Amino acid sequence: MQAATTPRAGSALVPEHPLEDLIRSDRIPHIWCPGCGIGTAFAATLTAMKSSGIDLHKTCMVSGIGCSGRAAGYVKLDSFHTTHGRAIPFATGLKLGNPELNVVVFSGDGDLFAIGGNHFIHAARRNMDLTVICLNNLNYGMTGGQVAATTPHLARTTTTPSGNPDAPFNLPLLAWASGATYVARWTVLHTRELTESIQKAITKSGFSFIEVLGPCPINYGRRNREKALQTLKLYRERTIIRNHADPSDLDVDFTKQVILGEFVDKERPTCIENYDKTCRLPE
Amino acid sequence: MTGDEACAEGALAAGCRFFGGYPITPATEIAEHMAERLPQLGGTFIQMEDEIAAIASVLGAAWAGQKGMTATSGPGFSLMMENVGLAVCTETPCVIVNVQRAGPSTGLPTMGAQADMMQARWGSHGHYEIIALAPSSAQEIFYQTITAFNLSERYRTPVFIMTDEIIGHMSEKVIIPAADRIQTEWRPKPSGRKDRFLLYKPGKNGVAPMPAAGEGYNVHVTGLTHDERGYPEMSVDTQAQMMDRLCRKILDNRDDIIMTESHHLDDAEIVLVSYGISSRTSMAAMQQARAMGLKVGFLRLITVWPFAEAQISALAERVKGFVTVEMNLGQIHLEVMRAANGKVPCHLVGHPGGTIIAPDQVIATLKEAF
Repeated sequence: MQAATTPRAGSALVPEHPLEDLIRSDRIPHIWCPGCGIGTAFAATLTAMKSSGIDLHKTCMVSGIGCSGRAAGYVKLDSFHTTHGRAIPFATGLKLGNPELNVVVFSGDGDLFAIGGNHFIHAARRNMDLTVICLNNLNYGMTGGQVAATTPHLARTTTTPSGNPDAPFNLPLLAWASGATYVARWTVLHTRELTESIQKAITKSGFSFIEVLGPCPINYGRRNREKALQTLKLYRERTIIRNHADPSDLDVDFTKQVILGEFVDKERPTCIENYDKTCRLPE
Repeated sequence: MTGDEACAEGALAAGCRFFGGYPITPATEIAEHMAERLPQLGGTFIQMEDEIAAIASVLGAAWAGQKGMTATSGPGFSLMMENVGLAVCTETPCVIVNVQRAGPSTGLPTMGAQADMMQARWGSHGHYEIIALAPSSAQEIFYQTITAFNLSERYRTPVFIMTDEIIGHMSEKVIIPAADRIQTEWRPKPSGRKDRFLLYKPGKNGVAPMPAAGEGYNVHVTGLTHDERGYPEMSVDTQAQMMDRLCRKILDNRDDIIMTESHHLDDAEIVLVSYGISSRTSMAAMQQARAMGLKVGFLRLITVWPFAEAQISALAERVKGFVTVEMNLGQIHLEVMRAANGKVPCHLVGHPGGTIIAPDQVIATLKEAF
């Protein structure tokens, strides 16, 4: 019914979206709220996939549960929307089952670092050949804004009505300590750097991790007196790019300064290389 | 070889080339055997960080086109349950072995039980149908593991092998036939135009063809309620359609899935019903009872789920009663009662777990009850 009244993408009135070939346009509109940062990170991921020159037929996206977890449902690739927290072990099986696949995990901070935290550190330790992109919006968006493992100390959420008593994770530090061979952090305002970083991560073998800070105005912003535009302003004014910064200096505290950049870019044998070398008989 | 080793060899014979595991008594030996054997055959073994990761990796490998397996016991089985639901909902073939030990909780890790039978049936949330097999010897676990893979591939569903500590750790003679005498099946593969492919459009037996990642079908696989395209669809109608198909592909094929073994049922007045290790108790008890002149028969459930309801209902029309023998305090016993539907008395010879049930206990119940 909609088609009769709405001009179609690709017609004279509506130019085709540059990522049309990678989006399940029959699933649009998406569920993400106005002002949400996920769409920007998602678009950067698809752009990087295209520009990287990798074989897209051999490229998969795996997500867990949550707002960012819905990304797998919008990408026109083999895509897997798994259980809460388990995107990384599912992706591990996918990669080990067919090492030719490029496997990108796209999920949120709650999914990857609270319920799924254990899987993250072990995949990094093994140097599983995965690209993990975490949209960090500082809270659980899908369920209405509860405290996360990334929520700043004293920030208000529905489950910390008097402010968060706990300290958040420093995600790049965690990734570095666990053995990731590529670690970067950007905000959704830094789309060019973010896209370049994702492209680098996808083409690089081993465990790559990119944290993307993105606003959640509806749930996090509303309770912390921060409108979407103000969050973006913080991203511009309170961030500094410092590649190869000391990972222990990478706390996210917008009352001070948040460091962005590329922090780790090193080589070590991947899980599959080590397995082949150690466990398989020489031919 | 032990039952655990026979299980691993059965998996390899079935074409399993991926194992995601986590150590747990009394299932560890399956993982150990797979760790040694899989790389020799071009497969991959990985010890994951927990049982949740183990089963998640098996599902991932299945979508990469592999036959995958994991093996665990009670506590690990509990941890796997959410992803069992994902496998059911996304119709992902995989085999999950539960070498049962006594519970609840940590229980008796080194001692057998059969108390996870209802967990196998209903352990994941939501309503669904499942397949579970119960081997009674090391030789049988070899063959049943192959059957489990074949059923899993044929119906695109997780299949449980519900063995126990006693069979797992018992050494018995196992004959492994030549590879060309073992029949192995693979999931139905799609054909036709890739851009028109529908991930959950069923074929003749209610099962949809399944492509692997990287074959160009751009599948979307989700545990959300989905339509034939695999797209999430939050509607009552889609839920009803999806559930109907998921349940019917098992229920409509019960004749193909349910395997039982009958002993002296023709003239039986009392029927022993049992499975797994307890079926060896029941076999001995039946022979003793026959020697005593009691007309006792024995129905061995090889497939426990779906339940051999029709067979028990038919027997209930002509026998005087049932005695279920199992190492729990009454799980399949209640299913037998349900199928007998009040027509004849149903008794339980159960045990809370830790040791095999002695045939004498069955004889005592037979004498007392009938």
